[in-house]
Amino acid sequence: MSFKSAVITFPGSNCDRDALCYLKDLTKGEVHNIWHEETSLPKVDLVILPGGFSFGDYLRSGAMASKSKIIDEVVKHANDNRYLLGICNGFQILTEIGLLEGALIRNKKLKFLGKNCFIKKKFKNNFNSSIKDNQILQIPIAHNEGNFYCDIETLNLLKNNEQIAFEYCKGEFSNTEENMNGSIEAIAGITNKKKNVLGMMPHPERAYSDFHQSQDGRLIIESLIS
Amino acid sequence: MRIKILVRLKGQILEPQGKVIEQSLNSLGFTEFSNIRQGKLIELDLPDNISKEEKAQKIDSVCKKLLVNDIIEEYEVLG
Repeated sequence: MSFKSAVITFPGSNCDRDALCYLKDLTKGEVHNIWHEETSLPKVDLVILPGGFSFGDYLRSGAMASKSKIIDEVVKHANDNRYLLGICNGFQILTEIGLLEGALIRNKKLKFLGKNCFIKKKFKNNFNSSIKDNQILQIPIAHNEGNFYCDIETLNLLKNNEQIAFEYCKGEFSNTEENMNGSIEAIAGITNKKKNVLGMMPHPERAYSDFHQSQDGRLIIESLIS
Repeated sequence: MRIKILVRLKGQILEPQGKVIEQSLNSLGFTEFSNIRQGKLIELDLPDNISKEEKAQKIDSVCKKLLVNDIIEEYEVLG
């Protein structure tokens, strides 16, 4: 059975095309692009909320997008136990909707970070099952608000429920600072309790093709399809 | 009536912009200022004829629904 997917575009999304190509090339299945004002979503296996600056990051990153018309359908999709992936601004939107815990605040050194980073999986889920323990992935980040914050009770819940999917780490051949944005416990991505919703700051859709510096981003889609 | 809502990051959350402002002020010689934190002020109009209770309830509702993320922020209605 072929894998079906969709990418939601908000005004200010700028990684939607990349996400569409990522899905088309790696899933070989049907891929839909849905405008945020739509009120229905086709039945698909995976929805991606892409990176960018939805609504110009006004008020807070992801705040306006989390109130878009399509979001009710996105929440229904997630409640049906189907996969939902928020990348970068998509992660911020997922926390603003309340589908994921915590919040993304300004990077601790106030710099916009656009560079390669290294991550490894923390707890196993269907998004990272094809990644080996301690395997280091090189995937770019590009964000101003990627500093994951939650209170200590929430952090304990995330650990106890094994919801931490990815954490930043040192690269094998790099002296890049391990936790550049200041995220609590170097968290790079978390899931919901049921583990069908993943939010992550690194951009796997910018690390899959021959013309990218790394192809490690393929592993997320390969995990979901396998 | 004009409503002013002050939104700021909760005390325990790092507010790096305030830190940078503090460094700049210090370098300008204003060394007596410390613990600077930057927030935001949202101003909006409400009709004059609504009751005090309704006003409080409406403001609370817009803050919870959109204006404030209570995981990281707190708010105060000014005046």
